[in-house]
Formats: sequence, C-alpha cells, structure tokens
Amino acid sequence: MNRVVLSALSLAAPIALAACDKAQDLDQTGPRPALPEQNQTLLPPMKIASPAGWNGAMPNVPKGFTIAPIATGLKVPRQTLVLPNGDILVSEGLGGSAPKLRPKDVIAGYIKSLGKSGTKGGDRITLLRDRDRDGKYELQTVLIDKLNAPYGMAFVGSELYIADQDALLRFPYRDGQTRIDAPGEVMTKLPANPNHHWTKSLTASADGSRLYVGIGSNSNIGERGMAVEEDRAVVWEIDRESGTHRTYASGIRNPTALAINPSTQALWAVANERDELGADLVPDYLTSVKPGAFYGWPYSYYGGHVDPRVHPQKPNMVRKAIAPDYALGSHVAALGLTFLTGGGFGGNYADGAFVGEHGSWNRRQLAGYKVVWIPFTNGRPSGKLRDFVTGFIGPEGKARGRPVGVTYDPERRALLIADDLSNTVWRVIPAR
Amino acid sequence: MKEFDLPSANPSAALIALHPLHAILLAFPVSMFPGALLADITYLNSSEMQWSNFASWLIAGALVFTGLALAWALIGMLARRAGRGWLCAILALLFVVGLVNAFQHSHDGWSSVGTTGLALSVISTVLALAAGWIGYTVSREVRA
Repeated sequence: MNRVVLSALSLAAPIALAACDKAQDLDQTGPRPALPEQNQTLLPPMKIASPAGWNGAMPNVPKGFTIAPIATGLKVPRQTLVLPNGDILVSEGLGGSAPKLRPKDVIAGYIKSLGKSGTKGGDRITLLRDRDRDGKYELQTVLIDKLNAPYGMAFVGSELYIADQDALLRFPYRDGQTRIDAPGEVMTKLPANPNHHWTKSLTASADGSRLYVGIGSNSNIGERGMAVEEDRAVVWEIDRESGTHRTYASGIRNPTALAINPSTQALWAVANERDELGADLVPDYLTSVKPGAFYGWPYSYYGGHVDPRVHPQKPNMVRKAIAPDYALGSHVAALGLTFLTGGGFGGNYADGAFVGEHGSWNRRQLAGYKVVWIPFTNGRPSGKLRDFVTGFIGPEGKARGRPVGVTYDPERRALLIADDLSNTVWRVIPAR
Repeated sequence: MKEFDLPSANPSAALIALHPLHAILLAFPVSMFPGALLADITYLNSSEMQWSNFASWLIAGALVFTGLALAWALIGMLARRAGRGWLCAILALLFVVGLVNAFQHSHDGWSSVGTTGLALSVISTVLALAAGWIGYTVSREVRA
C-alpha cells in the first residue's frame, strides 16, 4: 500500500513541470505576423528578469549614436514630454487597484512584483531643464505633485494636460515655469474601477482641438466579468474645450501609448495584446487608429482569430474586428511610441517610429526589454523592425532597466527613454 | 488482551475511529470539492465569472486540508506500521487531481472550467467522497 501512495505522490512532480512552452522561431513582426495554434498550458509560463543595477554600464545604441542618463533617482518614470522651451516633463506613478479575485491573482501578482524596482510611484511630474544646452539636465525639480498615478501628458496652447489613472486634468502653464501649485481642473473623469490596466495614455490631435486617451481593459480576457469592461479597451476622443468625449475606437486591449503620425496627422497607437495563449500569441502591435474601428478584444485578435476563453462568444463582433497594421512580437509589452519629425536623425533614421518595449513575463524566452525602430515611408511602416536601444538585459540575464515611454525631441535631435526599473531617463543623440 | 475479543488475529484489520482533529481535516475536502463542482456547473450554466472564482478558492482550500489530512494519515501509517492504506492512497490521488484542477482553474475566462475543469471537479468529488466513506468507516466491533 505504501508503494501505491508513493507512486501517486510521484505523479505530482511531472505534472507541475508540464507547462511546456516552446517558443517557435516565428517572424511575428510586420504587417502579417505568423500566428501559431493556441497553446493554453496547464501553468502559464511566468518568467521575469530579476532586477540588477547598471553599475556604470550603459544601454547599447547603434554605431553613430551615444546614450547617457539625464535624470536618475526618479520614482517610477513612465512617459516623457518635451515642452516648447526644451524642458522635459516626466510622469511618475504606479497605479491600479484591482482586487485579487482568485488564488492566481495573489500568486501572479507576487511573481510580477519580482520584476519591479520596489520604488513607490511618485504620483508627480518632474521637470528636467538644460539651461546651457550642453545636453546635461542640471535642474531636476517637481513641477506638479499629489497626482494619482499620472501617465500620459500633452501640451496644447498654454495648457498642460495630464492623464491620471482616474481623470484627465488641465493645468495652466507659463513658459519657464518650474512649479505648478494650482490644482488641476478635471476635464473629464476616466474609467478607473478597478483599473486592472491603469495607464491612461494621452496625445493631442495635430490641430490641438481634440485629445485622445487610451483606456486599457480591466482584465486579460474578460476574467473579471464583462460588466467591468464598459468603456474599457477603447480610445476616447475628448473635445478640448468642453471635455465631452466619444469612443473613437474599441476592442483595442491596452493602448499604452498614442501619437500623431506627422506625415498623415492620423492617430497611431501601440497596444498590448492578450496573454496565456502561448509563447507566440498574441503579438502586440503598432497601428493607425481608425475612427469607429473595432480591433477584436476580447472576442478575437488580428481580425477573425477567435479567443475561446470568452463566453458567451459574439460572432457578429468577430466579423466586425479588423487587424492592426503592424505586429511588434508577442509579449514584448510595447509601452512607448514616438514618431520622428523634421528629418529625424537623418540617414537610416529619418522617417519612422520608435517603440519602447517594457519586456515579457508570459514566456520562457524573454522578449522585448529594448527600444525598436520601425521605418516609415509616406506615413506607413515600410520595412522590418530593428533593434535600436538594447542591453537592458545584462549578461547574467538580469534586467538592468525596462523601457517605457519614448519621446523624440526634434529641436535637439534626441530620443528620450523613460526606464521605470532603474528609475532613469536616458537620452540618445547622434555622436558628434 | 483476551477481554477485548478482537474479531481478527490481525489488529490492523480493525478500523478504529479517526482522531477527531484528523476527522475535521478530512471534512474540508469532503465538503469543498463537491462545492467546487457545484460552482463549476453554475459557471458553465451562467458564464458568470464569480462562480469560477468561487470554485478556485474552494479547490485551493480543499487542497490545503487534503494535504494536511494526507500528512496525518501517512504519519499514522508509518508510525504504527499499520492503518488506513486506502485512505492514504485516495487522499494522495485526490491531492494530485485537485492540484491539476487548481492549475486548470487559474486559466482565464471559459478555460478556467470548460470540459477539463468540470471533469477534474467530478473526479475530485468522487475521490473526496470515497476518502470520507473510508475515513469515517469504523469496525462495528470496535465501535460497540
């Protein structure tokens, strides 16, 4: 009988290891990514690069460029914005308050926390200033504090717009200001309960009359119930004068960064797609956001690829779903987007977009953890995606940084990268 | 020894009652696994996620107590070199099936239950009830 018991127990070990997760060698970038069969493993593979310091090391940039930190000691920097006078704003925050509904939420939350810095979000906007234009930002001061997990920022006219995790705020701004004490005016509340995906991305239309806010889903794939998904996985278009909004596009699971394409003046976004369908599903994407379009979430992805986890299913919604323009790869966690303007860096980097990839948790082989370049021609992606800034994963496989927001500063021909693991803002410029 | 008049020459053949604490530990899987099955059925009928969440917690709780009841039974068996081998075996199997089911229920949406989760919940329920049947059975002669 003891033998029966022991053999029953020995069953447990291989089952625990049964979460096979073979990443295939697929090309999942570009307009038509390879989409393999769904593979829902017993245990979702979770692998996060544990943090390690830079210890004087620097991210790697292509030949002809240099990189340097221009601000350190920040409190979870997310996005950056360059003001007309050259000052750089950095939003710092860590939001989300989604309750732990299942044992899994407790365990997965713990594992994901291992890939974070442990720093408490600053709930503030920090201003960086380079007075003598030598590329060193000697002034680092808090412009606005007591915010609620700010993320997206936009500047229009003489006003600064900040997307907190629960509201879009408007602040008056004078040129050269280094401190704003006036309370922000709430232009509109933003859906915030319970904020599974809390980041509210923000950009202004080319003429400044409209603001666009990206609002992520409240779950991976509807597992918190569809009631909390009202007004989620959408992009709102907000009238800048009145604050009224309409849904501009929907089914876009987590639109983490928005930007206006300078050639076409159309709205573009990067979005994070769903997890736990395998190492090579579903690729995150970069897309123009077409007004009124439905991008599939939660019912399907890349057009008609049905997600079986959604019940009841809605075939009429699947028929409506359109595919995004350009895949970035599965689980890369694209969180930043910026277009080059005014000829960019010239040469190979004259016309296109940079995307900040925070890095994966849902696959064995790490993906993302870098900034990539997508060349554009006539306002459309026109070639293969290429690595631009790498080295965020150190030689021992530990993460030294994790890129979030990316912003191109056309006046100074510089690319800014917010790194929320080492709490740094990096700046890439052409080498002299 | 004669005054007890055991029915068998082999003392292990007589089933004595479980220690009350062991019996309480065993009561959790006996009630929680069937509870999880009912929650699963309700989820599949309603598509209401909260029922799947209930099942997840019931399975997790049942697993903890199955583990404790199993450990108690194993220690008792090894210490006395006798006892309830079948109870140990069924609890061990229940633990394995329950663990797989806990992983299954950690999937998102419909996949948290589906056909696999329901089947695993049915098997766990049968095993839990069998463990209870065996665990709570005592020899009449001993009880009297």
